Amino acid sequence: MRGDAVFPAVTFLAALAIIALMLLIVYQMTIVALPSLERFGAGFLTGTTWDAVTEEFGALPAIFGTIVTSLLALLIAVPLSIGAAIFLTELAPSPVGNVVSFLVELLAAIPSVVYGIWGLFVLVPLVRDPLQRVLGDYLGFLPLFQGPRFGVGVLSAGIILAIMILPLVTATTRDIIRMVPSTQKEAMLALGATKWETIWRAVLPYGRSGIVGAIILGLGRALGETMAVTMVIGNAFKISPSLFAPGQTMASQIASEFAEATSDLYISALIEIGLVLLGISLLVNIMARLLVWRATRGVGGRLKT
Amino acid sequence: MSTYATRKATNWIMLGLCGLCAITATVALIAILSYTIAKGAPAINLQFLTSLPQPVGETGGGISNAILGTLLLVGLACVIGIPVGLLAGIYLSEFGGHRFGSVVRFTADVLFGVPSIVIGMFVYALVVIRMGSFSALSGGIALAFIMMPIIARTAEESLRLVPTTIREAGLALGIPLWRTILSIVLPGALTGVVTGIMLGMARVAGETAPLLFTAFGNRLGFQGLDNPVAALPLQIYRYAISPYSDWQSQAWGAALVLIALVLITSVVVRILTRKRR
Repeated sequence: MRGDAVFPAVTFLAALAIIALMLLIVYQMTIVALPSLERFGAGFLTGTTWDAVTEEFGALPAIFGTIVTSLLALLIAVPLSIGAAIFLTELAPSPVGNVVSFLVELLAAIPSVVYGIWGLFVLVPLVRDPLQRVLGDYLGFLPLFQGPRFGVGVLSAGIILAIMILPLVTATTRDIIRMVPSTQKEAMLALGATKWETIWRAVLPYGRSGIVGAIILGLGRALGETMAVTMVIGNAFKISPSLFAPGQTMASQIASEFAEATSDLYISALIEIGLVLLGISLLVNIMARLLVWRATRGVGGRLKT
Repeated sequence: MSTYATRKATNWIMLGLCGLCAITATVALIAILSYTIAKGAPAINLQFLTSLPQPVGETGGGISNAILGTLLLVGLACVIGIPVGLLAGIYLSEFGGHRFGSVVRFTADVLFGVPSIVIGMFVYALVVIRMGSFSALSGGIALAFIMMPIIARTAEESLRLVPTTIREAGLALGIPLWRTILSIVLPGALTGVVTGIMLGMARVAGETAPLLFTAFGNRLGFQGLDNPVAALPLQIYRYAISPYSDWQSQAWGAALVLIALVLITSVVVRILTRKRR
């Protein structure tokens, strides 16, 4: 019977290790970021200079770039994902749905650096011409679409992020839509609604909180995505109203500068950016998980001891 | 209220748009895959797979250091990540109290969402600074931390699928609970558990960001666990952003090797899970 005392304790320790790891991440990052935290205080979040020579560090442009690229990615990916999820659950005959589901899941398995190399050599030239040419020629009166057309920049980063979060949002939304009871749909159809009206007025509203969760999950992924963004965003530390301009996200700044960081304060400032990124992504993920959890909870078959 | 004709038209237009969305997603995958194959395949030959990189400035050379490095890093991640992840999964499925279990489950999900570059910085602060140099070991640790929550959650999910009656049958035979779990319940859920492990391996094999300041990469092959080691994603990144066209085409070749590794694992996982259902 000793095993029955030891074994649960061992598994408990493993479970505890996961919580300890989470806490340790926050603690350790804070410790190393301390010099920068003390030196710049809250001004770190609003500072716009990033100068390794004078050791003046502010993170606003990176935070700005992260928010802009992530929102752009959501703007592109969310309608596509919800449309694709509706297609998969409500429209496609089962074999077609399975194949498309499978392909979308494969899209999720492609490593970020492969998106990066594809983005750099295929997407960026396409963004330069035709996309930036067309946008610049027809919508050039908007500040969003002004400036030199490099290809690399915020626009390319947003598009590559959109492709990367598409599978996650699609798969989660698909699972949420599947949980909508068929009685809901049948009631709507019985009232004479068309298929689209059923989806728009019964299925989507029923799954709303779960779908919002799926979108926020996508946002969380986009915020922290590093390699693909680093390779296509152009790594320029400035705030520009134009989507054509090169920029920087928190993750891309860390990735592109960490190896060159020489002084302790420089490293500390980069780790503080990481800490801000961690804080934002924790917040976003906690929100998303709560929403998705509520929508898709299930119970298992373990013994009630 | 709109007329019947406009309602029908809206219906078909919107449903058509949904189909278009699904097609767009599929096209994106096919575009990425086909381009990687087209650019990568010409770069791949036996010499490319089995030799070390040439010194900077000389053409030729291969990625054997990166392939071995990735295998080593994933192996290290497994050695550290699988036991902890699996035991935590068992705890969640078999023992976890309602409240504490939920906290662990939630933490694991949130941990899974922590950007991998943050994990990399964390391990840099935790291991690299203390050891005084970049190392294969720190890279393996970083990947293990990314792997753990995936394994824990998938192990839990698949253990839960084993019916309660199986556990009761074991206990009724006088087998202690821990033996019942290890020798009866776990084998019953083995496909699912293995799937989770493979999923975790596929995910970390492609990770670049956490390796930038842990494993760091080298051009010499394996130098011991306490020295920097190469990895496929790192090498793809460095070669892709380099100005040399020879390196860029090698980056495509390495990308194809990596994608093949990861996608084959994913397809195997898919086949395993299909059998289970």
